[in-house]
Amino acid sequence: MSRPSLFRYASPAVFYPLAGRLWPWFAVLAAGLAMAGLWIGLLVAPTDAQQGDAYRIIFIHVPAAWMSMLIYLVMAGYAALSLIFNTRLSAMMMRALAPTGALFTVVALWTGALWGRPTWGAWWVWDARLTSELILLFLYLGFIALQAAIDDPRRADRAGALVALVGAVNVPIIYFSVTWWNTLHQGASISLTRAPTMAHEMITAMLLVTFAAWSYAVAIALFRVRLIIRDREQQAAWMQESSEGR
Amino acid sequence: MVWNSVSEFVAMGGYGVYVWGAYAVTAVLLLIEVLQLRSHRRALDADRPAGAPRLPPAR
Repeated sequence: MSRPSLFRYASPAVFYPLAGRLWPWFAVLAAGLAMAGLWIGLLVAPTDAQQGDAYRIIFIHVPAAWMSMLIYLVMAGYAALSLIFNTRLSAMMMRALAPTGALFTVVALWTGALWGRPTWGAWWVWDARLTSELILLFLYLGFIALQAAIDDPRRADRAGALVALVGAVNVPIIYFSVTWWNTLHQGASISLTRAPTMAHEMITAMLLVTFAAWSYAVAIALFRVRLIIRDREQQAAWMQESSEGR
Repeated sequence: MVWNSVSEFVAMGGYGVYVWGAYAVTAVLLLIEVLQLRSHRRALDADRPAGAPRLPPAR
């Protein structure tokens, strides 16, 4: 062991089999947590006194909204790593996360619309929270389109990394929009500094689905990064020699 | 269990369309992502000649 460091795993040849061993565990974890969370959320948690059962949309809406922001931040982190250290794997991870981040953003907006209609009387309002989340979707889509438009993968990585980093400014704007501006959207559901205002079954269900969404995103990103590695390193000797990719 | 019957569960206190609309579309989107990844992998597998020698990955 000449140089034991995290950089060892920055090599696609080392990370590829590791990701292949890890993703099924995260997939199973995601399925188990989702079943537990939805069981509690849909069957055990009490009906909300103010919103009736429409509030049960929260068990997807909040986890999806959290994941849409978290994935963007992780993407921006990989973007920074790829710009600073020029590691190939960081750029590949950044690419692998974008479609799943976009998916969670769409889910957050869609479930929000279906929740807004019965509770606010509107599918959509141009308040700061909703608008900044919509901008997040455009950032994801812009990133994906940019990656697809540039043929040279190294240049596509650099351009994408810049977009990911600059766009990260939007994430705190989304998060704090409900306190900075007077929004129709309600404030944070969960705060580390306040006592919870929801029934504990509701919080348990929401957190379980959140961890399920997190595990799902990890599993999908690991699976997708393997496909990206295969796409890009088809000519590499280690890829030619190994049949592990099956 | 907060429900007395299946139909009560499906009705979601009158908000069934909204609640199930949210859950169904989410499930469909996740399914599309998984199927799309699977077909991408199949396409890559088809590109590669079968019976490649089984060696451990380099390093």
